[in-house]
Amino acid sequence: MILEVRDLTKIFGGLKAIEEISFKVKRGIILSIIGPNGAGKTTLFNCLTGVLPSTKGHVLFEDEDITQRRPYEITEKGIARTFQNIRVFNSMTVLENVMIGQHSRSREGLLTAVLGTKKFQREEDEIRSKALEYLEFTGIQDYAATLAENLPYGDQKRLEIARALATEPELLLLDEPAAGMNPQETMALMELIKKIREWGKTVIIIEHDMKVVMGISDWIIVLDHGVKIAEGTPNEIQNNPYVIEAYLGKEEVDLLS
Amino acid sequence: MFLQQIINGLTVGGVYALIALGYTLVYGILELINFAHGEIYMIGAYLGIIFLGIFTAAGLTQYSLFLSLFLTFVMSVIVCSAYGFTVEKLAYKPLRNAPRLNPLISAIGVSIFLQNYVMLTQGATDKVFPHVIPVTTVEFLNVTMTSLQIFIIIASLLLMAGLHLFIMKTKTGKAMRAVAQDKTMASLLGINIDRIISVTFIVGSGLAAVAGLMVAMYYGLVNYSIGYIAGIKAFTAAVLGGIGSIPGAMVGGLVLGLIESLGASYLSSEYKDAYAFIVLILILLVKPTGLLGKSGENRP
Amino acid sequence: MKKVLFMFWCALLSMPFMGIKGGAYLFVGICVSYGVYVLLAHLFGKIKKPAIPVNTKLLSTAFIAFAFILPFLIKDYYTDVAILVCIYIILALGVNIVVGFSGLLHLGFAAFYGIGAYSNALLTTHFGLGFWSALPLTLLFTSMAGLLLAFPALRLKGDYLAIVTLGFGEIIRLVLNNWDSVTRGPNGISNIPSPFILGFEISNLMYYYYLVLGFVLIAAFIVKRVYHSRTGRAWLSIREDETAAEAMGINTRKYKFMALSFGAFWAGLAGALFASKMHFVSPESFSFMESVFVVCMIILGGLGSIPGVILGSLILVLLPEVLRDFQLYRMLALGVGLVLMMIFRPQGLIRKN
Repeated sequence: MILEVRDLTKIFGGLKAIEEISFKVKRGIILSIIGPNGAGKTTLFNCLTGVLPSTKGHVLFEDEDITQRRPYEITEKGIARTFQNIRVFNSMTVLENVMIGQHSRSREGLLTAVLGTKKFQREEDEIRSKALEYLEFTGIQDYAATLAENLPYGDQKRLEIARALATEPELLLLDEPAAGMNPQETMALMELIKKIREWGKTVIIIEHDMKVVMGISDWIIVLDHGVKIAEGTPNEIQNNPYVIEAYLGKEEVDLLS
Repeated sequence: MFLQQIINGLTVGGVYALIALGYTLVYGILELINFAHGEIYMIGAYLGIIFLGIFTAAGLTQYSLFLSLFLTFVMSVIVCSAYGFTVEKLAYKPLRNAPRLNPLISAIGVSIFLQNYVMLTQGATDKVFPHVIPVTTVEFLNVTMTSLQIFIIIASLLLMAGLHLFIMKTKTGKAMRAVAQDKTMASLLGINIDRIISVTFIVGSGLAAVAGLMVAMYYGLVNYSIGYIAGIKAFTAAVLGGIGSIPGAMVGGLVLGLIESLGASYLSSEYKDAYAFIVLILILLVKPTGLLGKSGENRP
Repeated sequence: MKKVLFMFWCALLSMPFMGIKGGAYLFVGICVSYGVYVLLAHLFGKIKKPAIPVNTKLLSTAFIAFAFILPFLIKDYYTDVAILVCIYIILALGVNIVVGFSGLLHLGFAAFYGIGAYSNALLTTHFGLGFWSALPLTLLFTSMAGLLLAFPALRLKGDYLAIVTLGFGEIIRLVLNNWDSVTRGPNGISNIPSPFILGFEISNLMYYYYLVLGFVLIAAFIVKRVYHSRTGRAWLSIREDETAAEAMGINTRKYKFMALSFGAFWAGLAGALFASKMHFVSPESFSFMESVFVVCMIILGGLGSIPGVILGSLILVLLPEVLRDFQLYRMLALGVGLVLMMIFRPQGLIRKN
């Protein structure tokens, strides 16, 4: 088990955004979290990554309790994420964006930078070459010197993934990676996510596009109104009457075809 | 002594509250610290002197002091509101969708401009408010109150009540609240956002004009640099009460006035101007949303 | 037509202040200048600006070389101005770390500048230290002040931060103004000695210029090195998107602390150089307007760009000197300039990449 969530609850004011959610994630799988809008998927991500403090419950990453840690500490431990609305560093180049991802895997400080020591130079070179590798892996190496804000939408999403990979995570959380992509881009994205799994990383994605979900997931969790209503393999979920009733409803036809 | 300081504090606090309302209204709708608002207040004070001067020269003051003062108030409020309206159109509207820092810097630019504009046209020396109002004092429980103090306290309270009614009861007021809540939603409901923003600036500037005029009457002197410090303090008052909150600005203004006047008499008058900032920093440390501000986390 | 009406409206508004005649002149003035603007835009709008390939290395070498021979070319009075430019460049480099790199709008930087200047003044006049032995202490004090302010400031975001830093700046100024027994209040501290190098007093303007120029080069070099390092990237990412920066494993709180104390460090150096150049300090040199002025420099040059900082300081210090006859109008122009800059070229004169 790479991740274990126990009774995780988040209350905003009086509103329960997620309520006593528990699940376990096996190493090396692709897990999809689905559910209608407002089901609490992004809130769950925010609680897992420390962006929001959870009200109750525990998150264990590689058997270590990370519940009340700050986001940067969680990243250091090996969980990386992307955001639902793109949050690239707009006025920096694509390469610089990915180099920032290497932050927690490098340590040279102010003094060595000023002196320009050999060790500093070596580390800088390493950061740069690794960043280029991640750009190549995600297929946006041609844009290395472009400002991130000038990148097309789909490539900004790839940049977010490259940047997250650059933090060298064991577990990668992707928040609606296929949203707003055309079918070709979606296909390529699915390949990319599979490639990440082959690399030995664990991936959790939030996704609305059922083709993506059913096409790549090893396991699916369904949330509705902040509560986990089902989990299982894609096959099980497709045939789960609760899911069809509570969530899929209109999309049923879509799903079965 | 203590009661006397309370009265003095309430007088100044009422003025702070009126200016603070302008900050809070604009912040509630545009999330912009309208840095130039202090200058609008200063312009209001100057306009009071200028118009009263004109009316006195025309012989109106001698004929009826009340009418002359009334017209001075009306004219200052109108012209000052026009200034606020124009500043928004020229310096903020083109930056509606720019990064947050840009309109703030633009506002600082407007503030510098207006200050120097008044200094160049009206001179760098203090201007004296015409001595036309007879000052009577009232003694009550060992407290001396001037008629002006009573006037200022009552007028500020009335204006605050009026604004409250305007915001809560009128259609425009309701639209203002809707825009403050959610601009996109409000525009979908057919509310003209540009118009509401203009109204906000007009109302805020009008209140600032009244505050400026009352201060000019109270101290008898104005200077082109009064806007900066009063603006900062009023902003402090707005933050103190929780920026964006209208009752917050009122309470914040009065509290700040009291703190200053009590601090000046019991601690040290040399640091009178520093109390506002010290209180501001302390409040924000304990409760970053201000006294009456909405607490609760926002989703990122 | 709408535009002319709007100009007429503005002129009308100015009448209470400028009189009827003044308002009329203003109306004619803005109409004519608007006409000229439209005409020029029409004439030059079609000409495409040729892209001039700029060799930045060559350019900066030439610029430094020019800076070195400068005192031989100009009168003493202008050497004096050049020293002031250099001091402002160091100060603006410090502000740039906080505002330009890290995106923390700090409106109280004059406080650190003032703490630097007063530390130098007090250490040299009260305690009899020399410039060089006082300097490390001065820099330590200002960096500590930067850290101290960071505690309350870092819990706040955006506008709140701006206003708290502004308040901090004002508190420091009021303390300098009122703590008579130490700072001698509004009268200031005089007779601050010049620095000595190898027993040689740097009192001559030209020598002092070279001293300050040396510091500018060191500061620019160090800031540039840090900018192109892991630390610099961390600062930039905080400016761009704090949540995303934190998700990249950056301890944003720590880096904000670093930015504030590192920025204050340079402001302290600028303050110390200012004090020993003027031989006199008083609170009025460290007002809020000073803080705004420095922020304007980096905005004018281009937020975050080091050549931009230098250009911005150069323009804003030199312009009032060149336009001495228009001194009354310089602040007016600064105000208008800021607004226009935000509307038409918010990225500043020099934009990186």
